[in-house]
Amino acid sequence: MEKNSVSNIPKELLQPADGNNVSGTNFGTEHHVGYLRDAWSRFRKNKASILATVIIALIVIFALIIPLFSTQRSLDSYYAKKGPYIASQSSIPLFDGGQTRTFNSRGLIHAYSIALGACDTTGSGNARISDITSDCRTVITPIEKVLDSRQNGKYKAKIDTYAEVGFVYMQISKAEYENIRKWEQENSATILFPLIANNEYNPNPNDANYWYMADTTAKNSPIDINGNIIKLSQNMRLYDNYLRDLDGNAVYFTQSGSSDNPSYKVRVLYKNYYTYINGTPPRYILGTDSQGYDMARRLSEGIRLSLALALSVSLINLIIGAIYGAIEGYYGGIPDLVLERISDILSCVPFIVVATLFQIHLSDKVGKIPSLLFAFVLTGWISIASRVRTQFYRFKTQEYVMSARTLGASDKRIILKHIFPNALGTIVTSSVLIIPTVILNESMLSFLGIVSLGSSDTTSLGTLLSEASNIWTSYPHLMILPALVISLLMICFNLFGNGLRDALNPSLRGIDS
Amino acid sequence: MFFTLFIIVTLCFTLIRALPSSPPEGTSVAQSQIILERWDALGYNQPLLVQFGIYLKNIVTKLDFGTSWKISKTRPALDILIERLPPTIIVNSYALMLSIPLGILLGIWAAIRKNKWQDHLISTVVMFFVSVPSYIYAFLLQYFLFFKLGWFEQTIYSLSDAGGWFTGKMLYSMTLPVLALSFGQIAGLCRFTRAELTEALTSDYMLLARAKGLSYSQATTRHALKNAMVPILPMIISSFIGILGGSLVIESIFSIPGVGQLYVQSVQQRDYDVFMLNSIFYTLTGLLAGIIVDISYGFIDPRIRMGEK
Repeated sequence: MEKNSVSNIPKELLQPADGNNVSGTNFGTEHHVGYLRDAWSRFRKNKASILATVIIALIVIFALIIPLFSTQRSLDSYYAKKGPYIASQSSIPLFDGGQTRTFNSRGLIHAYSIALGACDTTGSGNARISDITSDCRTVITPIEKVLDSRQNGKYKAKIDTYAEVGFVYMQISKAEYENIRKWEQENSATILFPLIANNEYNPNPNDANYWYMADTTAKNSPIDINGNIIKLSQNMRLYDNYLRDLDGNAVYFTQSGSSDNPSYKVRVLYKNYYTYINGTPPRYILGTDSQGYDMARRLSEGIRLSLALALSVSLINLIIGAIYGAIEGYYGGIPDLVLERISDILSCVPFIVVATLFQIHLSDKVGKIPSLLFAFVLTGWISIASRVRTQFYRFKTQEYVMSARTLGASDKRIILKHIFPNALGTIVTSSVLIIPTVILNESMLSFLGIVSLGSSDTTSLGTLLSEASNIWTSYPHLMILPALVISLLMICFNLFGNGLRDALNPSLRGIDS
Repeated sequence: MFFTLFIIVTLCFTLIRALPSSPPEGTSVAQSQIILERWDALGYNQPLLVQFGIYLKNIVTKLDFGTSWKISKTRPALDILIERLPPTIIVNSYALMLSIPLGILLGIWAAIRKNKWQDHLISTVVMFFVSVPSYIYAFLLQYFLFFKLGWFEQTIYSLSDAGGWFTGKMLYSMTLPVLALSFGQIAGLCRFTRAELTEALTSDYMLLARAKGLSYSQATTRHALKNAMVPILPMIISSFIGILGGSLVIESIFSIPGVGQLYVQSVQQRDYDVFMLNSIFYTLTGLLAGIIVDISYGFIDPRIRMGEK
């Protein structure tokens, strides 16, 4: 206390200043903190905003690197709507491509039969359930036996939806047939399986999974040689219904077409065929969408589209709004009055109407995404312009502006060098906060089908949701993943924007609107 | 206001009439003939200004906004819109009845417990609910309350099934859309109330009131809350106008036969007269809400006079 009071300052420290050189003197208080540095130190203290920034960065990285890793070469409709899959029956419960359903014993046997058929690589047709090895991938895991009201045994079981695809008939050329045979030898995996005889034991000639003898009169129950219906048991054996030649050997292809360009009808185990085509087994970490595209790739396309749209809208709005608002605010008077009326009228135009009209009218000429961009820009810049205008009204009457004007600074110089940097914080903040609204509105429009942005190489998050909207109760991942991404983007951009606002305009801290 | 409305109507009209006018592909020759003749009779071949004049004259003299050709053939567009109003208004009114008291109460609670755990909890939850789009709640509600638990209906009953708009059965089937609509409104209102009330609670007149001997609750309800309500009430009033417009997404998810669904249908089926009327309706409600908010400020707080800004 004593030390700091003015009267106690030792005399020898008090010296008259050198009158000619005061401005250059270092008083020891010159710890300059620039505006951006100051803002950064404030931003860093806000934990939620930092977390949001990290999540946004992760989402952006996800959107950028996923296309590099996607192994899917072409659209594969056999694996449409499949759930996330890392490994079959893995310890990661949500990522095993499994789906829990209720089966009757016939359905259960049919599901087992796919694994049995896949195990039967020699065409002998006498595998048992107890013989199923992990090699031919278990299709089904019974969880419990439930009884319905009529005391019929039903089975609650988890089915591997990837393995459920099972066998598929295909028409291939002779050259491809030979390639497949070569691939089989090199990789010691079986793609080609015997064809099925088209007789009274085959319930559906188009379904390559009914390889066993079934009684079409008894709801396609499996039967043995004597025609007795087979019951489900651990040691159950199914009797094959393979197409055999006169010597009793299983037939692997039938030939059609001209003799110099023959076409082979074959029955393939689709999982292995997929591996042959794509180089990797079917394995979609986030599942596939309703058409069969890799969900991870679809999501990354959607994120890129949404972010690109949002960023360009906010940038264009920033430029238009800043110029417009600066003119209004700086000149005032009649220009302000006229420009304000124009923006008043524009701001009353409902966005949804503009977006629809532009979509109907412009999308054929300039494309869907540019016309959506126009719709966002048409009314979006108004909020920024009015903010800039307020800032200009606030600063233009201040003394430092007056002194600059007295010293002969031009209007352009005052606007750009003296007022604009002061208003920058507000402007940047409001244009960042435009991003989440653009993402929201874009996803809403494409969800409603007013704008349809889906195509083979691009999609939007809203389109993914809209494609899922009728079927997602059976395939929840179709809805949950895009919804999760949209929610994360919205929450994080709002938090990021709020943090930015608090950091850039410390006087506005805590005002949440 | 009317000038703004006029400009928007003109814009919509010009853009719609400037669309290529040929019968859709795949229609037979006889049908194309009928369509072309119909367009001729409706005045499509006259100059655009004349067409616009006819359109405006019909609206002013006969309240005729044109005819629906796709959604409900040959019925006047206005009739269709009026028919779609009740479900929208009912669902949104229920949502408001739920969200206004809850939103304000939560906001007040957060404000008087400012910077305590209650405030942090409410603010965090509100942050989530404000950010997450309403159709995502709608999906989650459908998934858990309908699909998993089976407590409520996925979509609302039709008028004939429920036996009227105000029956208990209808209310039951409207539970999910009402909930989906209210979450966002509750969060928005709560955040706004909290911001306004915390500002009022720290002002000088509160200190004076406490110094005069009022208890904390007396000072809060009689002084702070009254002042905080000045911006909140107009917001509530404007949301009452907003219920006319409905929510496009919620109405299409829960298949509510309301105005929002009509809009989406008119866009998808290209029913232009209905689309025009719907656009006018949306613009009008927006403008009306703005004006009523402006006027209500003067009623609520006599210190704010009209014309002063």
